[in-house]
Amino acid sequence: MDDIVTLGFIATTLGATWRLAAPLVYASIGEVFSERAGVLNIGIEGVMLVGAFAGFATVFWTGSLALGLLMAVAGGALMGLLFGLFTITIKADQIVVGAAMNLLGLGLTAFLYRTYFVSTGRGVEIAPSLNLPGLSDLPFVGEAFFRHNILVYGTLLVVIAAVFILHRTSFGLTLRAVGEHPKAVDIAGRSVALYRYGAVLIGCSLAGLGGAYLTLGHSNQFVEGIASGRGFIALAVVVFARWSPIGAFFVSLLFGLFYALQLQLQAQPALHIPYQALQALPYVMTIAALILVRNRVDTPSMLGVPYRKG
Amino acid sequence: MGATPFLRMENIHKRFGPVIASAGVNLEVEEKEIHALLGENGAGKSVLMNILCGVLSPTEGQIVFKGSPLRLGSPREAIRHRIGMVHQHFMVVPNLTVAENYVLGHGSPLRVIRDMKQVSTRIRELSHRYGLDVRPDARIHDLSVGEQQRVEILKVLYHGVDLLILDEPTAVLTPQEADRLLALLRDLVADGKTVIFISHKLDEVMRVSDRVSVMRDGKVVFTTRTAETNPRELARMMVGRDVLMDLPRAQTSPGRVVLAVENLSCNNELGLPAVRGVSFEVRQGEIVGVAGVSGNGQSELALALVGLLPAASGSIRLNGEEICGLTSSEINHRPLSHIPEDRHKMGIVLPLPLTENVILQRYDQAPFSSRGMLRFGEITEHTRDLIRRFKVKASHPGEAIQNLSGGNQQKLVVARELARNPDFLLINQLTRGIDIGATELVMQEVLKQKEKGKAILLISTELEELFAICDRILVMFEGQFLGEVPPDRARLEEIGLLMAGNREEAQRLHNRAGAIEA
Amino acid sequence: MANIDSERSPSAGSDILNGLGRAFTKTWQAVAMPAAAVLVSMGCGALLLALNGFNGWDIFTVMLSGVFQDTRSIAEVLLKATPLILIGVGLCVAFRCSIWNIGAEGQLYAGAVATTAVGIAFPGLTSWIYVPLVILAGALAGAAWAAIAGLLKIYFRASEIVTTIMLNYIAIIATSWLVTGPLKDAAAAYPQSARLLREAWMPKILPPTRLHIGILIAIALAIAAYIFLFRSSAGYAVRVVGISPHAARYAGMSVSRNILLAISISGAMAGLAGAFEIAGVTFRLYQNISPGYGFEGIAVALLANNNPVGAIFSGTLFAVLRSGSEIMQINAQVPQVLVSVIQGIVILSVVGFGVYRFRSARPSE
Repeated sequence: MDDIVTLGFIATTLGATWRLAAPLVYASIGEVFSERAGVLNIGIEGVMLVGAFAGFATVFWTGSLALGLLMAVAGGALMGLLFGLFTITIKADQIVVGAAMNLLGLGLTAFLYRTYFVSTGRGVEIAPSLNLPGLSDLPFVGEAFFRHNILVYGTLLVVIAAVFILHRTSFGLTLRAVGEHPKAVDIAGRSVALYRYGAVLIGCSLAGLGGAYLTLGHSNQFVEGIASGRGFIALAVVVFARWSPIGAFFVSLLFGLFYALQLQLQAQPALHIPYQALQALPYVMTIAALILVRNRVDTPSMLGVPYRKG
Repeated sequence: MGATPFLRMENIHKRFGPVIASAGVNLEVEEKEIHALLGENGAGKSVLMNILCGVLSPTEGQIVFKGSPLRLGSPREAIRHRIGMVHQHFMVVPNLTVAENYVLGHGSPLRVIRDMKQVSTRIRELSHRYGLDVRPDARIHDLSVGEQQRVEILKVLYHGVDLLILDEPTAVLTPQEADRLLALLRDLVADGKTVIFISHKLDEVMRVSDRVSVMRDGKVVFTTRTAETNPRELARMMVGRDVLMDLPRAQTSPGRVVLAVENLSCNNELGLPAVRGVSFEVRQGEIVGVAGVSGNGQSELALALVGLLPAASGSIRLNGEEICGLTSSEINHRPLSHIPEDRHKMGIVLPLPLTENVILQRYDQAPFSSRGMLRFGEITEHTRDLIRRFKVKASHPGEAIQNLSGGNQQKLVVARELARNPDFLLINQLTRGIDIGATELVMQEVLKQKEKGKAILLISTELEELFAICDRILVMFEGQFLGEVPPDRARLEEIGLLMAGNREEAQRLHNRAGAIEA
Repeated sequence: MANIDSERSPSAGSDILNGLGRAFTKTWQAVAMPAAAVLVSMGCGALLLALNGFNGWDIFTVMLSGVFQDTRSIAEVLLKATPLILIGVGLCVAFRCSIWNIGAEGQLYAGAVATTAVGIAFPGLTSWIYVPLVILAGALAGAAWAAIAGLLKIYFRASEIVTTIMLNYIAIIATSWLVTGPLKDAAAAYPQSARLLREAWMPKILPPTRLHIGILIAIALAIAAYIFLFRSSAGYAVRVVGISPHAARYAGMSVSRNILLAISISGAMAGLAGAFEIAGVTFRLYQNISPGYGFEGIAVALLANNNPVGAIFSGTLFAVLRSGSEIMQINAQVPQVLVSVIQGIVILSVVGFGVYRFRSARPSE
């Protein structure tokens, strides 16, 4: 073991942890918004795929990373609008619609990818690392914290923005109330439906961004089903984080660590662990996380329940 | 009464589909008075007040407030007109702090909340001024019900009101808290505010109000100065002079004890004591009534008797056998039937057909089930039989029960439970939300059961229902039985006083009546 | 509250009319609305094709003529319908109990693994014993895999949506480990298991096509599931728990036990689907033995309004789509994954048309 766990190993693992946590951070903080407003969106896996594809396709054609991210957000928001239409306006079951969103996201992106890209086999240029002069060259910390691309640093921005919006703005205040006591919000003169749309749109936009990270910040290719369950893991992250954005950030990091360990240990054939055991780690840990949080006092009381006026 | 009263509600009608909640209400409230609105459950008080504060809009009628017509589209508009309401079910959000609740819905949605310090300061000022202990940074879910109510009241005052409406504010308070609240209402009036106070507790109304209006069946039937009336008159007005019906009652002499409850206590869903050591017996051939304002532990008592809520202590014997601690499934196999309080939540399964509602507890028992399979021939035959005997209006046994009217649903539930031929019948709210015809029918059927020698416990918030069929009435208040009264309409006020927790006054009244008789 | 009951006065004439009206409404809801949902979805699919430069109509005709070309192609459709019907039927039971089992895919893998393990282990057994044995092994493994999620829900209140999905990944990864490790056929270059012993192969019913007896078992089980749900006492309890946990407790039913029963049944059906794939089609375990049947089964059940007999038809319909999409891919270079898009739209249309009226009162423990 001594020759495996070196400082270099730790630094690489920490760096990879943050990188691999990034898509989960975006998706889970997005889901925090949605669930705080009482809307359970199990379709974020599909939304992430749409974001991943939209970002990839845009950068492929235009070469502009900024435009790519914008389209990823727009694609996510469009999915959110569809989800909101069915769950908030039509008041259909959120789980059924969420399942449909996953099928749609998976099918649509794979269809378009195979129609337009599969023969090209060409990737896109991923977001470059922002090497901070001085800091990036520091031993250990440089590798771990200061050689990432903008989307990884962006996770910090999203956490701060999420905390600010949820806890320091009138919008966030009302949003938190909508998932808990929609009738009180209604009586206070705010539209429950409007706030739920807002929350779902924010949630799906962020999920789209999280998806875009996979194609534009991590690998340079789109692969069918590239989110590989991250959307679902994000759902568990939210529960484990007790619906707090800061919590979601750190729990995502924890899952990032599982992903990173999995990759790092796979590169250590001396260990004789079948790589599938490591591959399964994030999924097993997700179940473990749900077992650990038996106490669900923070669950928004109206999660999953459509609001009917009167 | 002045030419232009502070508030006048004229000919207010409100219908919810076929249900009439307000049937032409007229109400006048003067400035700087405490106006009590008295009535039984379902008399239409809350609906009227929800109209006044903009939550509901009337089907017909108009409101004149401070001399000009008032048309409200939303509760926000009501607040703009300085009308505020403290709802029976609190409208404070549990996961927010007190101060956050106060800014909820105010100002631009996109604004950054920067003024929480000022909000907190103002809350402290107000809380000091009215002697309401409210901490601005406390989270609502950490507060007791009484504290939450103070938060709710102060919230309305915070936004500024001239007219304050309180819907059954004392229903959730301890007597001490209630006293403090009533004192506060006096202070508010001294401060220039007008208060409408919904209640069905006579003693409170007598103590605190300047004037009182009594509602019954969606109408205001009586308005007077409180000083010019007495609890007896109010009780009569509240229940209605006209006797609902006179059902012929066979005198049966109670037989052996069927249900014996000793020192039963249990907690409600929140873990708070709801039933505090009650003991009673129900014998063959008698109907024992349990009267009381809702929320005094009756629901928990009923659930505990049938094993749906664990008892904290005490014993329940059915035919001498201890059934306390048995599961609901085991109790279902005993000769006991239960007509539950909330029909839609518990008593029936709305989307299922009548046939499948009739077998709810007996789905795995003969004759409805044999070797694991449902016997639809038997079930349909049985359903048809119940439909015929109880005159349930349904097009066929396979119709979904949600298509039936409330009265017909209840007839079917009663029919189902009586058909189980129980020794002990537990009824919680026999006639809630059903029409006169159905009421009469189910009451007669229950009386027939009594003649057959069944033991029956009838829990009801409708005194008239209890008077009509009970042999004796236990009055429940805050989880305990305060007294036992015969179903004698002459002793209505005494029951009313007991329901309001006023044992001494009831006792005095009883002694006086006894003295006159003697 | 004054209550005016709107009572109807039934008369003999209106009774018959009412009866006819009811029959019409029922037929409309059971057939016409799902049909409309399918049409809308196909329309959306065609639109998607057109937007991307394909000729929707041509593709449609090519697809249909390809699917119903000959006995072999029809047999292939039924071969694909088998797992879809099985999984759809199982999910009808779970969804009727308001259990959102999204894990049929993983349960299918669990069944496939168990069938393989048993199917290569016991030489010398006769077919009469061996075939039922491998099938039973698959069903039990699927049920056990699903029961994990059921137990986690009952004891830890862990959402079955998340746990079943995670169990999907774990089952798929475990399968990949098995075919590269313990179960790997030493003689093969690719990750795959040894071939099932001949005696464990399910009999074919339409030689020379690959169609095996599984389709008949699937249809029989669909009818059995219908009888269970709507004609048996136990199925009645499952439905009551799914609609109203409060009423279920009032009736003395155990909510936990019924949840476990419903999710285990759906797992067993998915496990059977896996068993049939191994013992009837591939005879070996591969890494990706299911092209997403487990997820497609959700759409099968919802389109059937959670009626197991309806799932026979919706399962077959999706099998036609799947076969057709393969033909599209070969003949018109239309990516086969269009099927997933259509499934998603089918679910949304079903929800939109209100076919899915089934109440989703979730247990509120």
